[in-house]
Amino acid sequence: MTIDNLHQLHRLIARNRFWEKIFIVFGILSLLVGIITLLALLIDMTIDGLPRLSWQFFTSFPSRKYEEAGILSAWVGTCLVILVTAIAAIPIGIASGIYLEEYAKKNWLGDIIEINVTNLAGIPSIIYGLLALGLFVEQLKLGRSILTAGLTLSLLVLPIVIVTTREAIRAIPNSIREAACALGASKWQTIWDHILPYSIGSILTGIIIGLARAVGETAPLITIGALTFIAFLPDSPFKSEFPYISFNWLQAEFTVMPIQMFNWVSRPDPEFQSNAAAAGVVLVFMTLAMNAIAIFIRYRLRRRIKW
Amino acid sequence: MVENHPSQASKFKCEVKNLNFYYGSVRVLKDINLSVFSHQVTALIGPSGCGKTTLLRCFNRMHDLYPGNRYTGEIELDKINILAPWIDPIEVRMRIGMVFQKPNPFPKSIYENVAYGLRVRGQSQRSAIDETVEQALRNAALWDEVKDRLYDLAFNLSGGQQQRLCIARALATNPEMILFDEPTSALDPIATASIEELITQLKEKVTILIVTHSMQQAARISDRTAFMYLGEIIEFDRTQTIFSDPTHRKTQDYVNGRFG
Ligand SMILES: Nc1ncnc2c1ncn2[C@@H]1O[C@H](COP(=O)(O)OP(=O)(O)OP(=O)(O)O)[C@@H](O)[C@H]1O
Ligand SMILES: [Mg+2]
Repeated sequence: MTIDNLHQLHRLIARNRFWEKIFIVFGILSLLVGIITLLALLIDMTIDGLPRLSWQFFTSFPSRKYEEAGILSAWVGTCLVILVTAIAAIPIGIASGIYLEEYAKKNWLGDIIEINVTNLAGIPSIIYGLLALGLFVEQLKLGRSILTAGLTLSLLVLPIVIVTTREAIRAIPNSIREAACALGASKWQTIWDHILPYSIGSILTGIIIGLARAVGETAPLITIGALTFIAFLPDSPFKSEFPYISFNWLQAEFTVMPIQMFNWVSRPDPEFQSNAAAAGVVLVFMTLAMNAIAIFIRYRLRRRIKW
Repeated sequence: MVENHPSQASKFKCEVKNLNFYYGSVRVLKDINLSVFSHQVTALIGPSGCGKTTLLRCFNRMHDLYPGNRYTGEIELDKINILAPWIDPIEVRMRIGMVFQKPNPFPKSIYENVAYGLRVRGQSQRSAIDETVEQALRNAALWDEVKDRLYDLAFNLSGGQQQRLCIARALATNPEMILFDEPTSALDPIATASIEELITQLKEKVTILIVTHSMQQAARISDRTAFMYLGEIIEFDRTQTIFSDPTHRKTQDYVNGRFG
């Protein structure tokens, strides 16, 4: 190779490198925009809200006096609503996912169902609120209750559960199914004894991430008529006399964290803004905690199984 | 084909009659006729892609797991056609065990792997399961290596141990016949030797049908050998005859390593 050719080669490489460098700079800048905005938001909120975060804040009802106001009804409401959501969405979602993946015939009908389920996850949540208002509140007369809210959010979470369930069980190699079948296991035995136990880690992870999304949902709950000012707790689910357990709380009116926040944000006085910030910190912490649990479960259950 | 005299009734465990198999519209097995002798080792040999695995998986109706697969013809197990639509494939798989080419233990403990077939059969008595698990592991020549860690994850075993575990898993259910699909193709010579010895001993209890790539292996362990080529059985005879004095030119070329 002559010196001249070599120079040409060097110039070519330098030019190729140049575009690479441009991209790296651009990539880092993009990343910073995202991270810095997010961090700024979180830090700003924390600084605003931190002075209000106290035991009193968690154990008080909302009030007209900002220093007495708290999020008791809101966090209890959020927890109960999410509980209903989980109880409704998990079994239905997992069962649908298993049916679609393992039993449903792979034909045009299956394709249509598949496309629809995937698209359901992308529908704006307020549409679910409208649907729930018509179905649960007006037709089924469930009222503007915790039950209605939980069921509404479960509609929202359901596609996520179905899709993650399908992906999780699709990840299990066919050789495992064949091994079970060759021993004489029925399809259901294969699913129950093998497919589900080996994929439950991924399924749970998906469910928790779905629920974490539901925790922050506001629009559909406002649509079904969640109140912004609730100064009482729902009936306790546990009773001191027989049958020790009660479901009256399902019919109670409720508020949830994001709605409580929204209420405070819309007040003119700045003191309530710090209440809103404090509630925001708690809300972010709740969702982050749920995501952490999801990561933990995935780590624990996946570590044992490597295909 | 050999005729079915009553006196010969116990001679054949399985008889394949005019079997054709289709993956969708592709015909992969063509008019297969084969008699699997009771308590003998029958080997299927032939070049890659000739349909050995496909034929083997017809015997426990593994093809039923996937849509679009189709059989015509018959496989008689003790004179009953197991390909008939009214026969439940699960019944067939309860009677005929299978060991796959790639070891495929469940991600459970060693013990649970072997016990699973018993659980499927409704066994729940702990002591009976313990006993069968131990016996199966002994028969698969694995007991001494794993007896102190029965509750360890099966994935922690070596490849050869995993394959012997899969054999133990099949043995534990006490099948009438076992199908082996190149059980030693992923193993080193020592593990291969132990599995070959195991297969030779097993034939006292069960009938064995084995696919193998290695002609030496077929010669060492089998009593009968079928040579397959492009979806057909070219020749089926005593193993000795196939290797020393085959009738067909193709068989001769293959066993002498001239192609395949
Ligand atoms: N699931 C499938 N769908 C369609 N065609 C298939 C499928 N499995 C195998 N075949 C085709 O059927 C033919 C026989 O395959 P088979 O796996 O039975 O061969 P084999 O004799 O076991 O080969 P090898 O020795 O390489 O394992 C091949 O041509 C293969 O391409
Ligand atoms: Mg094969």
